Amino acid sequence: MAKTIAQINDRIKKGEAVVVTAEEIIDLVNKKGVKQTAKEVDVVTTATFGPMCSSGIYFNFGHSKPRIKAQKVWLNNVPAYAGLGAVDTYLGATELPENDPTNTIYPGEFKYGGGHIIEELVAGKDIRLKAISYRTDCYPRKELETWINIKDLNEVVLFNPRNCYQNYNVAVNLSDKVCYTYLGVLQPRLGNAIYCSAGQLSPLLNDPLYLTIGLGSRIFLGGGIGYVVWQGTQHNPDVVRGENKVPKRPAGTLAVIGDLKQMNSQWLRGVSMTGYGVTMAVGIGIPIPILNEEICQYTAVKDSQIYAPVIDYSRVYPEREPDVLAEVNYAQLKSGKIIIQDKEVPTGALSSYAKAREIANILKEWIQGGKFTLTEPVQLLPSVDSGITCQPLNERP
Amino acid sequence: MLKKRVVLTFPKETVEQPITYHLIKNYDLMVNILSAKINPDEEGRLVIEISGQRKNLDNGINYIKGLGVTIQPLAQDVKWKEDRCTHCTACIPLCPSHALMLDRVTMKVSFDSDHCILCGFCLKACPYQAVEILY
Ligand code: SF4
Ligand code: SF4
Repeated sequence: MAKTIAQINDRIKKGEAVVVTAEEIIDLVNKKGVKQTAKEVDVVTTATFGPMCSSGIYFNFGHSKPRIKAQKVWLNNVPAYAGLGAVDTYLGATELPENDPTNTIYPGEFKYGGGHIIEELVAGKDIRLKAISYRTDCYPRKELETWINIKDLNEVVLFNPRNCYQNYNVAVNLSDKVCYTYLGVLQPRLGNAIYCSAGQLSPLLNDPLYLTIGLGSRIFLGGGIGYVVWQGTQHNPDVVRGENKVPKRPAGTLAVIGDLKQMNSQWLRGVSMTGYGVTMAVGIGIPIPILNEEICQYTAVKDSQIYAPVIDYSRVYPEREPDVLAEVNYAQLKSGKIIIQDKEVPTGALSSYAKAREIANILKEWIQGGKFTLTEPVQLLPSVDSGITCQPLNERP
Repeated sequence: MLKKRVVLTFPKETVEQPITYHLIKNYDLMVNILSAKINPDEEGRLVIEISGQRKNLDNGINYIKGLGVTIQPLAQDVKWKEDRCTHCTACIPLCPSHALMLDRVTMKVSFDSDHCILCGFCLKACPYQAVEILY
């Protein structure tokens, strides 16, 4: 028997909704079968916590007296984008401070940048804002230097053009020297392997064909409430999939938005990747309404049924070669070792399964407590047959 | 009994000398090798913990100095900041001594400083600035 989101919301408001996490649903379906479980369960909570580079905030810092039309803006010496309205600005998570030594002393440390500023701002710390401009009749001021605090900003919005990758590459290094990558420090000759996904807890792996997650889906974002507003950049639904429809390559992505003032620095963390740069780890939780058996079956997916490609980051990734060394599943990855080219390779992750689990449980409590209801997506994400793909760049002379 | 953790840096010529053997045999010291490395330019680096009577320790250290070996106190501590650790596990395959350990049921990381050999691998690998080396 199919349910509707309105019916589920009624039950949430009455405090009667049955909510389980994407881990708990696995056992339930195992024990009771998908038919019975789909009847009993209203919502499955999914979550992920990991570095998500295409993230950032925009904010309005208020008009100074006299006014300035900020042409260039820095926050704690990190440049922010000022090509918006007079006192609107966007700070990206991967932005580095002016004069950062980057990789001049290799590998660079990348201790501070956009992601760290966002973490500090959310934590309530004062941030130094500097702006410069040229004079106009309506905006006469040419320079501004002041402290800002999240509580004084007019609007401050987390707006991430690409988060929540549905599956991701497992990085290894086949060369003879250490590789410093956005997936971490890779030891030579298959010294280690690094993955970055919550596997069976990850939102889009539990809704592989985007049957419920879409534009307008209300989500847990950075400790507060946010929304899915579009497919993320590089959304690429038409990749190789298993019989369970789960993609075996990086596939779908989400663009998400939410009011930064109600978020928490525990779930928005500055990240420093040695030899690579800075970024930000974002905590996201997404509820999946169990509208029918098919949706229920998808949420019961487990680590051993989700496969990721192992890619050499010393040559294949940088050169955009197609080679995939192997496919491994998340149960193998989480066991601590995988076998590649007959060699036992120890594994580690950049995303945190423990944190993802915590988020899935927080979201479950919110829904059980009646303080978080589900939204009906205005439009679903482009799926396998949408014709939408992620094209490489064709350079032209 | 006194205990000292020291880093010995050997110039090329002394790499071959059985220093730890002499420390044990001639100075009655206990030597625990925490890490040993020879760089491509053949300079050696040995991290050891030596323990014994104060007098023997002093004599042993003077013996080492006399060989032209640089001796420095070891970075005293690796500090794991639990509140900054996200339990991502990036450090786990790199930590040679299992001082950083993962419980695969809770998927949470813990740190036992007694096992730490202060190699510093975790420092570069931790994306969340959760480990610090104090000198
Ligand atoms: S310094 Fe870090 S990697 Fe090395 S032994 Fe200690 S905890 Fe492990
Ligand atoms: S790499 Fe850092 S944050 Fe990740 S588990 Fe190790 S100490 Fe914790």
